[in-house]
Amino acid sequence: MSIVTFIKSTPDTAAKVEVNAQGAVSWGTAQLVLNPWDEYSVTEAVLLKEAHKVKTTAISIGGEANNDALKQALAIGIDEAVRVWGDGMDGHDSLVYAAAAAGAVRKLGDVSLILFGKEFADVQTDAHVYQVARKLGWTALGAVSKIVAIDFAAKTITVARMTEEGKQTLTAKLPAVVAVLKDINEPKSPSFIGIRKASKATIPVWSPADVGLNVSTLAHVTAYANPPARGGAVQIIDGATDAERAAKLVEKLLAEKVI
Amino acid sequence: MPNVFVWVDQFGGRALPVSWEAIGVARNLADGGTVTALVFGSGVGNVVTLALHYGADRVIACDDATLADFRLEPYAALLSKLVAEHKPDIVIGGASTRGRELIAAAAADADSALLADVTDIKAEGGKLVATRPVYSGKVISTVEAALSRTVFVTVRSRAFAAPEPNSARTGEVLNVPPVLSEDQITTKVVGFEETKGAVNLTDASIIVTGGRAVGSAEGFAPVRELADVLGGAVGATRAAVDAGYIPYAHQVGQTGKVVSPNLYIAAGVSGSIQHQAGMRTSKIIVAINKDPDAPIFKIAQYGIVGDLFKVLPALSAAFREKLGK
Repeated sequence: MSIVTFIKSTPDTAAKVEVNAQGAVSWGTAQLVLNPWDEYSVTEAVLLKEAHKVKTTAISIGGEANNDALKQALAIGIDEAVRVWGDGMDGHDSLVYAAAAAGAVRKLGDVSLILFGKEFADVQTDAHVYQVARKLGWTALGAVSKIVAIDFAAKTITVARMTEEGKQTLTAKLPAVVAVLKDINEPKSPSFIGIRKASKATIPVWSPADVGLNVSTLAHVTAYANPPARGGAVQIIDGATDAERAAKLVEKLLAEKVI
Repeated sequence: MPNVFVWVDQFGGRALPVSWEAIGVARNLADGGTVTALVFGSGVGNVVTLALHYGADRVIACDDATLADFRLEPYAALLSKLVAEHKPDIVIGGASTRGRELIAAAAADADSALLADVTDIKAEGGKLVATRPVYSGKVISTVEAALSRTVFVTVRSRAFAAPEPNSARTGEVLNVPPVLSEDQITTKVVGFEETKGAVNLTDASIIVTGGRAVGSAEGFAPVRELADVLGGAVGATRAAVDAGYIPYAHQVGQTGKVVSPNLYIAAGVSGSIQHQAGMRTSKIIVAINKDPDAPIFKIAQYGIVGDLFKVLPALSAAFREKLGK
């Protein structure tokens, strides 16, 4: 009985990210941090560990920069960390990620629950969450705002899921893959003892062969570009009274034909 | 001429608008090939008819009690079986909560390429070439996949125009049985609580958003009032959500929804880079803020420097008068 959470290092969301002259994505000297959505999945894993005495492992599929995220997870209270990476994985698509992640979970063995943050904030994808579940043949529960109940021995889970229309409550069998939303908890900060433990940790790296990776990338990123700038300067609406300014703005918006 | 499948996301017998946008994308990519709409659910006859009106050549429908609520297991099993049988060149779905899950799952089942959450797409030289925003919309990436095997695609809400429906259009409807029976499905829906007065933010053409400056739950009243007058949805910044003024479902930004309305009115919103990540592709942005130096004015077309508690009611009154409400 153990919990795995898959995490990633991403540029700080406040960083200025742009495409440089070489066509590569650059965030200058900004720091890499734990993917903001992973703060919730890591915290949820630690809360479940404390309540149910289960082992927790954080896994990153990616280059060395992800050691920062893994150490952050250890400092927050995750027991062990593993990184999966090797030749042929650069520029991988969600399918390769899913196959590698499923292989890592099989290699660990005895995993009851996989937690993901809603998406990776850098590449803005969540496809891997559902693809990992299909590769393992497990149930996937996405957009989860609360784990209402979980029983590792009886292999059952109840979650609240937030869809476009409202809140759905679902029960399912473990093992399962769960993707969590921001609403699920208040993210934990690293503890002093945790930071010391994390600083001493060495993080094993599993190769593609170790996780039995047998698929290759089919969806290729071929180029990056800066988005078109939002045109022109703001037009500040002046007037003697709020009513006058409101009336002027209404005229402008009606002329824009957006109402 | 590619044959294209479009999965139509529906809830309670009503299709999400992004489903029709997806049919429009399918029509363009099919370039004379067949567009087949896939309608799964219970009591979805009306959706089947509308799918034809919106441009599908035919529909494969599975109308069954096990599909009444979306659950990934039975939906993915059915979609994957249909893909294996019919071998379409392209499978498209809207990038809604359900669409993202289902299309990704089916792509994994088929060991096929997935172009997710795209905002533009074309067929070119035996490949599908798409663009999608990354890094919170600060960068646009081009992704491509060969059409030598089925390619799966999800399209972002409001990125593509929906076709005009034509009620004279008809087509073949193929009814198929589900793949999984209820006792084979381990996920059970045990409760549902509809969001009160929910206007789906990602589908909304007008959004009025309140930031930290609304100051309280009651402070959202003028924001709601203007949204009501305009028939729009209510958005919120992370600061307003974290302060407990409004539920998380309303949050726009990095850790909330990404929206792209025709009109986005930001009231008492400073305009952090994380908030901009969720709304910078809005067509027209209006900023209302006491602070003339607030970053939101840098991405807005129109601004009013003033107190939202005075400006919003004035706007509601002015719109009421003009719109005759």
